Amino acid sequence: MAEVLAETPLITGDLTPADVTRDVCTPLEGKPTGLWYAGFLLALSALLLGGLAVGYQIAKGIGTWGLNRTVGWGFDITNFVFWVGIGHAGTLISAVLLLFRQKWRTSINRSAEAMTIFAVICAGLYPVIHMGRPWLAYWVFPYSNERGPLWVNFRSALLWDVFAIGTYFTISLVFWYVGLIPDLATVRDRARGLRKRILGFLSFGWRGTARTWSRYETTCVLLAALATPLVVSVHSVVSSDFATSVIPGWHTTVFPPYFVIGAVFSGFAMVLTLMLIARKTMRFENYITLKHIHAICKVLVFTGSIVALAYLTELFIAWYSGSQYEQFVFLNRMAGPFAWAYWIMVSCNVIAPQLLWFRRVRNNLALIFVLSLVVNVGMWFERFTIIVTSLHRDFLPSSWSGYVPTLIEMGSLVFGFGLFFTLFLLFCRFVPMIAMFEVKPILARRERPVAQPTREVA
Amino acid sequence: MSRSLHTGFFFDEHDLVAAARECRERGIPVVDVVSPFPIHGLDEVLGIRPSRMAWVTFVGGAVGLGLGFWLQYWTSAFDWPLNVGGKPLDSLPAFVPVAFELTILIAGLATAAALLLRSRLWPAKRVPAGLEVTTDDRHALILAQEDASFRDADFEELWRRHGAVDARRETEVES
Repeated sequence: MAEVLAETPLITGDLTPADVTRDVCTPLEGKPTGLWYAGFLLALSALLLGGLAVGYQIAKGIGTWGLNRTVGWGFDITNFVFWVGIGHAGTLISAVLLLFRQKWRTSINRSAEAMTIFAVICAGLYPVIHMGRPWLAYWVFPYSNERGPLWVNFRSALLWDVFAIGTYFTISLVFWYVGLIPDLATVRDRARGLRKRILGFLSFGWRGTARTWSRYETTCVLLAALATPLVVSVHSVVSSDFATSVIPGWHTTVFPPYFVIGAVFSGFAMVLTLMLIARKTMRFENYITLKHIHAICKVLVFTGSIVALAYLTELFIAWYSGSQYEQFVFLNRMAGPFAWAYWIMVSCNVIAPQLLWFRRVRNNLALIFVLSLVVNVGMWFERFTIIVTSLHRDFLPSSWSGYVPTLIEMGSLVFGFGLFFTLFLLFCRFVPMIAMFEVKPILARRERPVAQPTREVA
Repeated sequence: MSRSLHTGFFFDEHDLVAAARECRERGIPVVDVVSPFPIHGLDEVLGIRPSRMAWVTFVGGAVGLGLGFWLQYWTSAFDWPLNVGGKPLDSLPAFVPVAFELTILIAGLATAAALLLRSRLWPAKRVPAGLEVTTDDRHALILAQEDASFRDADFEELWRRHGAVDARRETEVES
C-alpha cells in the first residue's frame, strides 16, 4: 500500500523543470483570460459597493448599523472572527506541513499563504470600522503621549488581539515574501525591459548560490517553527475576546482550542474553494491534482469532526455546569429566535462534511466545490450564533432585545468578500501562484539532453 | 594574475554533486554552485557548514520576550499605575499573550533580516548577466582554473564524464 502511494506522482503530466517555469510564468506574461476579467469585475464591484456602505457608515456613525445597547457586536465582529479563521489554513499549509515535510503542500502553499495575508487584511479592517472613528485607530498602540502618558490596558483581551493580529500579519507577509524571492528571480530572468527592472528590484538580486540556498532553507524552517505556535496563539487570543468576559455562552475554557480548530476547518474549506477555481481557470490540473484535493478533503472531515465534538462539549458542559444561565443560553440557541442560525451552523459544519468520508464524493469536484462553500457559510454562522445569541438575552429580561442587520451592515459583509477576491485575483495575475523552486525537485522525471562542447565567452 | 572560470551546466543535480565531489577530491577549486532549487547533499560536498541562523532567531526571541514583559510592567505598574477592575498592577498571566507575540515578531523579523544581510540581498541589487538559465532548469557548477595542472581539455573531459549538457569558459581578470 505504502509503495503504491509512493509511486503515484504528486505532479502529473510528466513535466520537466522547464515546463514548470513555463506553466507558472505564462499566465503572468500574457493577457488574462476572459474568466479572470469576469471574476475581477465581479470582485471589484463587490468591493466598491461594500466600500460605499462602509464609507457611509464612517461618515454617519455606527448608528447606521442594527446594533443596539444589548447586542453590541453583530456582523462586524462576526466578519472579523470569520476572516481571521480563514487565514489559519494558509499558515498551517506553509508552516506546519513544512515542518512535517509533507510534499503535497508545495503546489498550494504559495496561494494558501496569499489567502492568509488577504484574509488577515480583511479581518483587521473590521475592528477598525467598528471603532466608529477609524482615524483614531492608532490609539490602540502603546506610544508615549500627552494624555498622562496614558497607556493602553495590557490586561484586556482586545489589546492582545492588536498584538496577535499585527504579528500574524507581519510574520505571514515576511514568510510569504521570503518564499517568493527565488521565484521572482525566475520571472525576472525571463522578462525584458521595464518588467525586468521591476522584478530586478523585487527579487533582491537573488542568484541561488549554494551558500545562499543553505541559509535560505534554514531560514524557512525557522520561520515555519515561529509561525506554528503563532497561528495557534492568534485564534486563542481572538477566542479570549469572548472567553475572558462573563457572558454565558462565551465564558468557557474550551474556547481557545475550539476556535483554533474551527479556524483551520474554515480555512481549509476556503483553500479548497480557491484551489478548485485556480486549477480550472489557470489550467493547473497537473499541479493541483486529485491527490491534493483528497488530502484537503481529509483534513476537512477530520477538523469538521473535532468541531462537532466541540459543539457537543459545549452543550454537555452547559447542562453539567448546573448554571441556569448557561443552560438557558444553549436552549435559546437551539430553540430561540436565532434557532435558524444555529441549525444552519450544525447542518453545514457537522453534517455536510461527513459526506467527505466517501471516496465517490471526494472524486466529484462539483460536489466538493459546493461542500467547501457550505462549510464557509456554516462557519460564518457559527461566529454569528456565538456572538448574537449570547448577547441578545441579557441577565436582566428588561434588557432583552432583538437584532436585525441593516443594509449598510450587509454592505460591510460584501466589502470583505469584494476586497478578498479582488486581492486574490490580482495575486493570480501578477505573482507566480505555484512555488516553482519547491515543485521542481519533486518532479518524477528529469530530461537530460545531449551534451555540447564548451563555448568560449569573453 | 588572471584565472579562467569554467562553468558546467547540468540538468540533473545528482550529476552536479558527483562532479563537485570529484573536484573537491582532486583539489580543483569550486567557485560556486548556482541552482534553481536547493540541492540536498551539496553542502557536505562543498564543505558548507550548517547555518548559524538559529542563534539570530534565539536572540531575537529573547529580546522580544524581554521587551514585551518590560513594556507591560513598566507601563502598567510604574509609569501610569491604573487600577483596572481591581486586578493587580503586575498581572503576570495577563501579560503572557502580548509578550509571546512580541517574541515571535522580533524573532521572525530578525531571522529574515539576517538572511538578507548575510546573503547580501537587497532590493534592486544587480545580478551579473549570463546565468539566467539557472533560475529555470539548469544547475551551474563554476570551477576555477588557477594553474596549468588542470587544462582546458581536462575540464572538457570532466564535463563529458559527468553528463554536463553545456559548458563555457571565461577569463576573469583580477588586479
